[in-house]
Amino acid sequence: MDTDSSALQLVLTGDPGLYAIVALSLIVSLTALAFAAVIGIPFGAALALVRFPGREAIIVVLNALMGLPPVVVGLAVFLLLSRSGPLGSWGLLFTPQAMIIAQTVMVAPIIAALTRQTVEDLWAEYRDELTAMNVGPAARIATLIWDARFSLTTALLAGFGRAAAEVGAIIIVGGNIDGFTRTMTTAIALETSKGDLPLAIGLGMVLLTIIVIINALAWGARRLGERLAG
Amino acid sequence: MNMRAPASDLPVALADVSVNVGQVTLIDHISMQIAHGAPTVLIGPNGAGKTTLLRVVMGLIAPSQGRITWAGREEAPSDRRAIVFQRPVMLRRSAAANVRYGLSAASRPKAGERAAELLALVGLSGLERRPARRLSGGEQQRLALARALARDPDLLLLDEPTASLDPAATKAIEDIVRSVAARDVKVMMSTHDLGQARRIGGEVVLLHRGRLIEHGAAATFFANPEAEETRRFIAGELLV
Amino acid sequence: MFNRRTVIAAALAAAFIAPAVHAQDKSIIVASTTSTQDSGLFEYLLPIFKQKTGITVKVIAQGTGQALDTGRRGDADVVFVHAKSAEEKFLAEGQGVKRFPVMYNDFVLIGPKSDPAHVKGMKDVAKAFTTIKDKQASFISRGDRSGTNIAELKLWKDAGIDIDKAKGPWYKAIGQGMGAALNTAGASNAYVLSDRGTWIHFKNKGDLEIVVEGDKRMFNQYGVMLVNPQKHPNVKKELGQTFIDWLISPEGQKVIANYKINGQQLFYPDAGDSGA
Repeated sequence: MDTDSSALQLVLTGDPGLYAIVALSLIVSLTALAFAAVIGIPFGAALALVRFPGREAIIVVLNALMGLPPVVVGLAVFLLLSRSGPLGSWGLLFTPQAMIIAQTVMVAPIIAALTRQTVEDLWAEYRDELTAMNVGPAARIATLIWDARFSLTTALLAGFGRAAAEVGAIIIVGGNIDGFTRTMTTAIALETSKGDLPLAIGLGMVLLTIIVIINALAWGARRLGERLAG
Repeated sequence: MNMRAPASDLPVALADVSVNVGQVTLIDHISMQIAHGAPTVLIGPNGAGKTTLLRVVMGLIAPSQGRITWAGREEAPSDRRAIVFQRPVMLRRSAAANVRYGLSAASRPKAGERAAELLALVGLSGLERRPARRLSGGEQQRLALARALARDPDLLLLDEPTASLDPAATKAIEDIVRSVAARDVKVMMSTHDLGQARRIGGEVVLLHRGRLIEHGAAATFFANPEAEETRRFIAGELLV
Repeated sequence: MFNRRTVIAAALAAAFIAPAVHAQDKSIIVASTTSTQDSGLFEYLLPIFKQKTGITVKVIAQGTGQALDTGRRGDADVVFVHAKSAEEKFLAEGQGVKRFPVMYNDFVLIGPKSDPAHVKGMKDVAKAFTTIKDKQASFISRGDRSGTNIAELKLWKDAGIDIDKAKGPWYKAIGQGMGAALNTAGASNAYVLSDRGTWIHFKNKGDLEIVVEGDKRMFNQYGVMLVNPQKHPNVKKELGQTFIDWLISPEGQKVIANYKINGQQLFYPDAGDSGA
């Protein structure tokens, strides 16, 4: 990436370095979000519906994990993936895959906790009807998840925001390697530490714009969905 | 598709059923039979136990004492009876999707025309794609009825179906109830409206403080009540 | 057990891990320092190396202490840092194969134009440090076991000062890289020891300038080592050695000397100097 131009110039001239960084940021965070959703939504829904001893303790811990400091996650995943760690033979440290893993760990509790709350609230509303209609456990979860789709989308956006905005985890497990594991946030951290504050702020604006666009797309999709099916 | 011939739930027999929650007795030693025939209407003051009784008959609440059987069977789950709650909850989907949900929950074939038929039955044709939550109160009540009828029940329970509706909507519901009853579906419903009890009732049952005070055919019930409480209730007094 | 869902899940997992395995083919990981990265040397040098050998070099930039630890964990193939005592300890532990001197640059003492401690122009850096401490002028230390940090601590020792005892609110150890230290110094009108490379490349100089330079004690020697493949079998020893050999070869040394910012040379190659 040409660090002598301003961020705006980089955007307008289609600087490949900048676009590569943007692409990597989106790939890492969106993939992590997908994994986190696959793990978190069913887990949260099941937690909402099934009663078992220790359930309340798990809910408290899950809610607390929403505030997991990114740098702590990064450190934990780093120790796991390091060559001298238990999963070292997978050779994943300092790769985008490691970054995805770290962000998945960070985002999954958010998705699960928000899903749990949403589904539990909805279940309170739907319980009588679904029980009267003899709807089985699996069908219940599917019904609640589908009917809660708008709130769950908001939960997904919250998770995405958290992933796209963080730098602590991915800089530790990714190493901020030029051309391989450098994302928007790690590039901003680097340019800041190099003293190139205008470029850092410019990149920050680009990142913010992208996040706003994604949120706008999600909003648009929701409105469209509301109009089509209610 | 469910290929076995669905067994009927009627007659429903309650034998000395009581429902206690903590210190409170909601249903107090009630014995009764619900069999094929004209609609049974439950009347009584607030807190008399009408809603609780409907839930017991539906199988949602187990008796604390006594027995309830459906066509002699003791196990509860069934797809031959349906209930419409006092404040029915619509799924966050279209009207037609709600009806289709009722069909699939009872393993009835979901072919498109069936949902349309049911909506037509309750007078909601044309509103298939409307989000169910955007329907008016009366329309939602009718939709809940359609969803319940999707189960092809032979016992239909309604908890104060017209309590919050204006007269026009009330008439619509009553017409549907009459037409459903005419198709040999046993209807059991509660109401606050004595006039409605007179209009709909084949059989009328008075509940007070969880006890069954009196029951009988509508005509004689209102003309010649036997119990003192019945007389006072019909006369418009507050039963405490 | 082998229904469609598990097969898809397994395929996804494999696709996920496979690129990581593939990417390790003709590449090495070099653990180096933030000052080296911030100076821009790697952006200049690595493409030339890649064109010649086809080897991709992935640089993890950390403090010297961290970089050596990365080598100790086997997470890097080569370490390229600038703190001879720490490097020799690394070798003594059997973590590295052999140390090769590569190049040197020098440290400079940076301070605000207002020069509150009046050390500007001093030729003796130890005297400058003593003056700063006596006047309790604000001083930023990297505090991160980096080569620069180790050099700074050595200078306090050379000045006869036990900095652990002498430090007070005027001495701020921030635990971050050179750029961050310079930013902090600029923002708080403080003195800070920096390597010349990062200083020249730094874009937020503000009110800061070089106040002391040239003292022989401020020379900063770089060394490169292959991480010991006997301790860490995953180390790519052939590719790593190719990189080291190139760095100390006449061609590599010439490339290092040719790296300039604003016409100024940053690093002085000295691979032939056995005492370095």
